[in-house]
Amino acid sequence: MIVPLSWLQDYVDITLPVPELAERMTLAGLEVETIQYIGVSGADLVWDRDKFVVARILAVGQHPDADRLVLARVEYGAPEPATLVTGATNLFPYLGQDLSGQNLKSPMVLEGAAIYDGHKEGFVKTRLKGRKVRGIMNRHMLCSEKELGISQEHEGIMLLETAAVPGTPLQDILGEVILHLDLTPNLARCHSMIGVAREVAALTGTSPQGTPQTVRYPSLNVVMGGPPAAEAVRVEIEDSALSPRFTATLIRDVRIGLSPEWMQRRLKLVGVRPINNIVDITNYVMMELGQPLHAFDYDLLLQRARTTSVSVPTIKVRQASIGEGMTTLDGTSRTFNEYDILITDTAGPVGIGGVMGGTETEVHVGTRNVLLEAANFNLINIRRTAQAHKLPSEASARFGRGIHPAEAIRGARRAAELMRTLAGGTVGQGIVDNYPDPPEPVVATVTPAQIKRWLGIHIDQKEVVAILEALQFQCQIKGGAIHATVPDHRLDISTGLTGTADLIEEISRIYGYGKIPETEMSDPLPPLRANRPQEQEERTRDLLVAAGLQEIISYRFTTPEAEARILSPGSQPDERPYTTIANPISQDKSVMRHTLLESLLVAVAANVRHHGHVALFEIGSVYLPAEGRRLPDEPTRLCVGMAGQRETVGWMGGDEGSMDFYDLKGVLEALTDGWRLEGVRYEPTTDPVFCPGRAARVSLHNGRTHLGTAGQVHPLVAKRFDMPDGIPLLAAELDLDALMAAIPAGFEVQPIPQFPVVYRDVALVLDEAIPAADVQQLIVQTGGRWLAQVRLFDVYRGTQLPAGKRSLAYALAFQSPDKTLTDRDANKLRDKIVRRLEREIGARLRSQ
Amino acid sequence: MLEQLEKLRTEALEGLRAVADGAALDTWQRSTLGRRGIVTLITRRVGELPKESRPAFGKRANQVKQELTAAYERKATAVKADEMERQIATGAIDVSQPGRPRPLGRLHPSTQVLREICRIWGDMGFQVYRSRDVETDEYNFQLLNMPPHHPARDMWDTFYTTQEGVVLRTHTSPGQIHAMHDYHPEPIRVILPGMCYRYEQISARSEIQFNQVEGLAVGKNITFADLKGTLSSFAGRLFGAQIQTRFRCQHFPFTEPSAEMDVECILCSGRGCNVCKKTGWLEILGCGMVHPAVLRHGGYDPAVYTGFAFGMGVERPAMVKYGIKDIRYFWSGDLRFLEQF
Ligand SMILES: [Zn+2]
Repeated sequence: MIVPLSWLQDYVDITLPVPELAERMTLAGLEVETIQYIGVSGADLVWDRDKFVVARILAVGQHPDADRLVLARVEYGAPEPATLVTGATNLFPYLGQDLSGQNLKSPMVLEGAAIYDGHKEGFVKTRLKGRKVRGIMNRHMLCSEKELGISQEHEGIMLLETAAVPGTPLQDILGEVILHLDLTPNLARCHSMIGVAREVAALTGTSPQGTPQTVRYPSLNVVMGGPPAAEAVRVEIEDSALSPRFTATLIRDVRIGLSPEWMQRRLKLVGVRPINNIVDITNYVMMELGQPLHAFDYDLLLQRARTTSVSVPTIKVRQASIGEGMTTLDGTSRTFNEYDILITDTAGPVGIGGVMGGTETEVHVGTRNVLLEAANFNLINIRRTAQAHKLPSEASARFGRGIHPAEAIRGARRAAELMRTLAGGTVGQGIVDNYPDPPEPVVATVTPAQIKRWLGIHIDQKEVVAILEALQFQCQIKGGAIHATVPDHRLDISTGLTGTADLIEEISRIYGYGKIPETEMSDPLPPLRANRPQEQEERTRDLLVAAGLQEIISYRFTTPEAEARILSPGSQPDERPYTTIANPISQDKSVMRHTLLESLLVAVAANVRHHGHVALFEIGSVYLPAEGRRLPDEPTRLCVGMAGQRETVGWMGGDEGSMDFYDLKGVLEALTDGWRLEGVRYEPTTDPVFCPGRAARVSLHNGRTHLGTAGQVHPLVAKRFDMPDGIPLLAAELDLDALMAAIPAGFEVQPIPQFPVVYRDVALVLDEAIPAADVQQLIVQTGGRWLAQVRLFDVYRGTQLPAGKRSLAYALAFQSPDKTLTDRDANKLRDKIVRRLEREIGARLRSQ
Repeated sequence: MLEQLEKLRTEALEGLRAVADGAALDTWQRSTLGRRGIVTLITRRVGELPKESRPAFGKRANQVKQELTAAYERKATAVKADEMERQIATGAIDVSQPGRPRPLGRLHPSTQVLREICRIWGDMGFQVYRSRDVETDEYNFQLLNMPPHHPARDMWDTFYTTQEGVVLRTHTSPGQIHAMHDYHPEPIRVILPGMCYRYEQISARSEIQFNQVEGLAVGKNITFADLKGTLSSFAGRLFGAQIQTRFRCQHFPFTEPSAEMDVECILCSGRGCNVCKKTGWLEILGCGMVHPAVLRHGGYDPAVYTGFAFGMGVERPAMVKYGIKDIRYFWSGDLRFLEQF
C-alpha cells in the first residue's frame, strides 16, 4: 500500500515527525518498508525553495533558428519575466496563443540548482548552467517529472493546474512524503487511505501526550435529480453467499474528459494510471475508501437489453456456467469456471464480479450515461478467479482480502457525487441497492482477567475501553466483561474465545508490546524426553567428522533422469514412484529424491577439479511413496563419497596414491566401531552403481539387517559425472535408521591387563577365493579367550606363490587375564589355530 | 707390584682425562674397571706377593678402584652433558616450515548454527521434536488456522505435489500439531528443527529449501510476558548478554497476538548499516501466543491452556554473522565455501 502523506492528511492529522510515525506504525503491525521523500528534506534531490518555483507561462513563440524549439515567456516571482528555450512538445499546441488569461503553469528550476538529468538512465544529478541554445541565452528551465524526481516521465514538461502564484516554492505544492506499507493479510482494512488514517488516529491519539484523534470522513451526501434509477435498471442476486450486496447508481449526462490535475496527481502517486474522469473517480474512491467500483456505459447496456427484447437493463449476479466466455477489459478472451462470479445482463456476461469488467460495455470517450456498480463478493471465489485467470488487479486484491458489504453504498455515494461535481453528471434518484441478508454486528468480549492470563499484565478497564474506542469499537461493560461491538470495517475480529484473542491482540499492539514486561516462565517444566534418533544422528556426524570427512547438504529435489545416471548401462531402472512436485520451480527439480548418492557424486566430482583429496558425507531424508498411503516414507540415509589422493602431500612427502575401496571401508569402520557395532559384514555384491568385484553389501546380524552398499563406482557411471579418468570414485549409501536401531544401549569396560602380551606372527598361503573375513573369524574362534588381538599386517601375491593363491600374514597377540603366558602356551595356541586353518580352509604356513 | 699399581692408577686417570665422548668412555671403562679390566687383573695377581705385603696391597688396590670408579662417574656425567649440548647445538630445525597436514573434517555451517540454537534451547528446557517434510494440507495449513483459500496462505508460496492435498511443508509449524497430539494433556516445551520449502525463484537472496527452528511452549500459565522474557534470554545467549531486543506487531494465522523479535544489528551495533537497511535492527524470529483454534486442534482446551510459539531461520542469521553474500552457497556442496567453517 502506497500512502502519500498529503493525501492521508485529508483524513487525519500527522502529529509526529515522519520517522517517529513510521516507527509507531511498524511496531503496531503496519510495517513501513520505506519512506520516500520527494523534493523535501530527506529526499535525494531536495528542491531549494528559492530555485524550484511555480512558473506561469505567458506566451509560447517559435525559436527563430530551430523548428523543434520554442521560446516560453514565463512569470516566476521575479520582477521581470524570463524567456526560456525548450523542446517540450506539450507546449507546441500553445504556439502564438495569448495565454495571459489562462492558468498554464509549470515547475521551473533556476540556474545553479541541481536536478536529475532527463536524458540519462536512472536518476543522475546534474547542475543547471546558463548557456546559449541556437543563439539564444537560456538560464532556467521548465521541468519534466523525471527531472524533479517525481516519476520516470520525461515526455514534455510537467503542467500544473494550481492556484499557487508564480514564484511559490515548488515544495509547497509538489513536495511529498510517501509511506510504502507492507501489509499482512489480516490488514485488509488498511488498503485504503481511510483505513490507514484510522490506524494513525488510534496510534497517535491514545499516547499519554497525544490528544484523542478523530478521523475526518469524506462527505457521503449526494445531490440527486432526474428520474429514479429503479426505473432504468434492475438488479438480481442469484446467491447472496456469492454476492451479498449489489448497488447500481445511474449518473446521466456526464462529460468524459480528463480528471482534475489533483486527482491525476494522487492516482499517479499511488501507481494508478489516469484514464478519464469516470474511470479515475472509481479508482480514486477505491483508494480512498477501499471499495472497488466499476463503471458501465449505460447506453450500451440498454442496447444489449433491447437486442434481447427487454426494455430495462437487468443486471444479474450469478455463478458462471462452465464454458461461458467473455472478453475482459485487458482484451483477453476468457472462458469461465464454476467458481467465477459473473455480472450479466439478459445478453450474457458483462463483467467478472470484483475482478474485471468486459470490453463490450466499458466507458469510452462517447459515454453519456454511466451505470456505477458498487458491490460485494465472496472472497474465496474472488481469490480462485484471480488466480485461475492470472488477474491480480487492485480490485481483486481488495475483494480477495475481504470487504464488508456495508462499504458498497459508501463507495457508490462518494463516487456518484464526484461524478456529478467533476464530470458534470446528474445522479439519478435513489440508488438501486440489493442487499438481501445484512450481517448482524459482531460482538466480542474480553475481561481484565483474560488480558492478565494472556499477556501477563494488568491493564485498567478504562484504558482497555479507551484503546478499543480509539479503534472504533463500541464498548459496553456487562458483569465485569467488556462487550465490544466490532466496527464493520473489521472483518478480522471473531466471537467467542477467538474473538477474545482478537481483542487482546488489538489491545496489546496499541498499548505497545514494548510496555509489556519480560518475565521467566513460572509454569512447571514438563517431563524431559530424550530424542534418541536425533542425538544418534548428531553423534554419527561427529564420528564422520572425526574420520576427516566434510559434511554437505544438497537439494532434496531432483529428477528421475538425474537419479537414473547413477545406474550403469543395462541395469534395472528404478521404477519406484516419486513424490512429484506439481509446480516445480525448474525442470531439474521436479521430484523429491530417492537417494543421496546422485547429489553426492555430483559434489565429489565437482570438488575433485580443485581439491586433491575429497571426502564428503551427507545425512538426510529420502522420499519413498508407499502403496495406499498419501504421504511418502521418509527414511534417513547416510551417504559417503571419496576420491583423490590419500593424503594431502606436504614438504615431507606423503601418500599421493589414489584412495581406494579400503579408504572408504576404513571410514565406515571408524563409524561402526565408534558406535560399537559388532559383526558388521562386508560381502561381495553386484550393484548397478558399482564396479563389479569392488562393491560390498554391508550388513549386520549375520546378514539379516541390510545397511547398504559400499564400493568403487562403476567407471561408466563415474564418467557421466565427469570424474577425471584414473581416479577411483568411492561411495557408500547406508540406511541410517537401521544402523541406529542396532546401536547397543550400553557397554562394559574391561580391566587394564595385568600380565604381558606374547606375540606370534603367522603367514598363511590360501586360495584367493577365501575371504579374509572368514580366515579372521576362524582365528578368533580358535584362539579363544587368550587371543587378545588379530591383525592382518600383510597381503602378498606374486611369483613366489602358485597362481590363484595369496598369502595373508597375521600378527596374533596372546594374553591372559590371570597369569603370564609362557612361550609354550603361545606356541600351543598358534599351532592349534594353524591346524584348524589347514584343516578347514586348506591353508598352509608360508614360512615352512 | 705396588709401583705397578700406582703407575696404572696414574695412567688410568690420565687416560680418563683424555676421554672426549661416550664411546671412548665406554672403552676406558671396560679396559680399566670392567671384568677383564686392568684393575681386576692386577688385583687377581695379589697371590704373587709375599703374605705380609698382601693386606697393604689389597687395601691400596681397593682405594685405587674406588677412586677410579668415582672419577669415571664424574667423567660420565660430564660427557653426557657435553653430548646433549652437542646434540642440541646441531639439532636446530626450521620451526617456520608447515606441519604435517592432518585430515580435518567439518560440519556444514547450517548444522553448526542449528546445533548452537538447539543447545541453547536445550539448556532452557526445550527438547528437540522432529516431524516429516512432506505434509498434508491439513497439517501445514488447516489445523494451523488456515482453511483452503484463506488469504493468509498468500504468506507462503507453496510447493504442491501431484498427490491431492499433499504439500512440502512451508514451515516447521505442522510439527506443533504433531507434538500437541503426542503430548496432550501434558505441558509442552519443544523445539522443532527441520528443512522447509517455499516456491521462490532461486537467487543470491532466496532459496527453495531452508532450515527453520520452531519452538512451542504450552501450559496452564504461560503469558506474552513469558514469551518476551524467554526469547530475549535466548537472544542474549545467542548474541551476547548485552544485546537489545524489540518486539514488533506481526500477523501469523496460528498465533495471536503475534510479533517479530528484532535484535540490535550485530554489524553496526544499532547505528544503521546496509545489512539492517539503516534501521539498526535485524529481524530474527516470528513469535506469538498460540491461537486458541490451534490449541483446540492440538487437543488442549484454550480456556485452560495458553502457550507461545516462535520460528526462526538458520541460514539467514548465518549469512549475517559470517557476511555470506549468496544463499546458494549453502547447498552447493562446494568445498571452497564449506571448508571456511
Ligand atoms: Zn546494521
